[in-house]
Amino acid sequence: MSSLPANTDRGAIRDPNSLGRPKSRAARVLRERIIVGALAVAATFSIFVTTTIVVVLAKETIGFFEFPEVSISEFFFSAEWNPLLGAEKHFGIWPLIAGTLLVTLIAASFAIPVGLISAIYLSEYASPRVRATLKPALEILAGIPTVVYGFFALTVLTPVLQKLNPFLERLGDGWTFGNYNAMSAGLATGIMILPIVCSLSEDALRAVPRSLRDGAFALGGTKFDVSVKVVLPAALSGIVAAFLLAISRAVGETMIVALAAGGIAQITANPTAEVQTMTAYMVQIFLGDAPAFGVEYKSSYAVAAMLFLMTFGLTMVGQSVLRRFREEYD
Amino acid sequence: MPPEPSNPASHAHGHKAVAPVPQIVSHPTHAHGADAPLAIRTRGFSSWYGSFQALKSLDLDIPAQQVTAFIGPSGCGKSTFLRWINRMNDTIPSARAEGTLDLHGIDLLSKSVDVVDLRRRVGMVFQKPNPFPKSIYDNVAFGPRLHRKYTRAELDELVEQSLRQAAIWNEVKDRLHSSALGLSGGQQQRLCIARAVAVGPEVLLMDEPCSALDPKSSLAIEELIEKLAERYTIVIVTHNMQQAARVSDHTAFFFEGRLIESGDTEAIFTKPQNKQTEDYVTGRFG
Repeated sequence: MSSLPANTDRGAIRDPNSLGRPKSRAARVLRERIIVGALAVAATFSIFVTTTIVVVLAKETIGFFEFPEVSISEFFFSAEWNPLLGAEKHFGIWPLIAGTLLVTLIAASFAIPVGLISAIYLSEYASPRVRATLKPALEILAGIPTVVYGFFALTVLTPVLQKLNPFLERLGDGWTFGNYNAMSAGLATGIMILPIVCSLSEDALRAVPRSLRDGAFALGGTKFDVSVKVVLPAALSGIVAAFLLAISRAVGETMIVALAAGGIAQITANPTAEVQTMTAYMVQIFLGDAPAFGVEYKSSYAVAAMLFLMTFGLTMVGQSVLRRFREEYD
Repeated sequence: MPPEPSNPASHAHGHKAVAPVPQIVSHPTHAHGADAPLAIRTRGFSSWYGSFQALKSLDLDIPAQQVTAFIGPSGCGKSTFLRWINRMNDTIPSARAEGTLDLHGIDLLSKSVDVVDLRRRVGMVFQKPNPFPKSIYDNVAFGPRLHRKYTRAELDELVEQSLRQAAIWNEVKDRLHSSALGLSGGQQQRLCIARAVAVGPEVLLMDEPCSALDPKSSLAIEELIEKLAERYTIVIVTHNMQQAARVSDHTAFFFEGRLIESGDTEAIFTKPQNKQTEDYVTGRFG
């Protein structure tokens, strides 16, 4: 060690540990413990809330089925839902499910094609500048409160649809648009879920590696060939997941249908008809149309449980499809 | 490839090329047009990405049905040039080119060139194997289906013939309808070659086709390239000097966007005329 000449020019190198003061080990350990604890509490809280909701839902649903006028077989196999009016109350869930499905179907028939085509345009065709304008516009659409969509359905879509009534009259009775109808609620819901379909599908399309596009172009594919025959199939699972997540949002949508779809629980495929969805029924009950703690009141928990199972199922399928998709290119 | 007579006289004038601004040195043996008909001819060819000039006034002849290797350090422009031959640079908005670039006398930079038809005639194999997430069969049938209508039997025949040309038929014939993503890297690259030959190209461009592969798979691809050169004009970009020496008939050395030297592979590797070429092929830089 003495063979090295002393560094006289720049001063001797000082041992970093001879400078400063040592930090307390106990304080460090304590700080780490507090941080771990705080993180765990925050994480546990959301699990706790979710579990509580599910437990309350299950308990109240069981409570509903304990009423003498309710039977599980009627709930699942009867086509009459009439809890409020009339001498005899009927609790067959299907009219509410049918209303929900009709609105969802209309929403999906609008949002899926339009959203997918926009996504392909944004991802494969649009110049960076166009994309930089359109994407934020879509995100603004996603930020509009759903009650605004409900007003829009009631005050814009429905009057426009009613302009078709003179032509629709020729189809026969019951084919004209009233003030409340499944079509305008469905379309407004479709507009609401459009950004979800478009944005998630676009993410899936853009996640397809550039090398696949190059490969297809190099074989003489046109832009359309490449987009539709290579990129779209490669992104399919992500796109399907986007559809499922958007549909589950449509199924659970409340404000639009409560405002625009009407209040008659019926099984119909007629888009001009007034329908009641599962969510709209719950709004009706909790807004005071039924005495608290009566059988009608409790029935909304059973409806909520059904709705939860439906959206939960859709979300789970969507997530598992999405997971499979992510594994493909990682 | 035709045997190249060594011509000592040709080397004398080449030595003055050792200069600050490198000049292009063409070995005269390379100019034997009768032996090797030209596929691609370049004169004064320059290209830019935005304001960055990637290629500077290239004069290069690529003979038909032989293997031409492009060598040079990263960023020297060799891949850029390759991507002009099938106009893949069209997908990059800022890319533009000037000068002459002909394929069998057709001006490839002309606006009237149908890039779909051009890419059918000039196939490309990429650095990283990029099979489509489809079955092996559909990968090979993809290109043909874009351009013509085939009966099932014709398509079956075409797929088999293409896979045989790429020396992968025996490995995949029992699982044609399973996913191409299940193949090994080397198999995927040979599948990509089969996919490229399935549309009946005249030229095959290969952009470092072995750089993502293990040595054994690389060797299989190299052997394949030699066989394919009987039918196709092959242009290969490689970082591997031994590979260039093994597989190519002609070699072009690029440096900083310029073509420094081109000619017979053996001459480039044993008697380079330019100091930079010599330094590069002997591994002194790059």
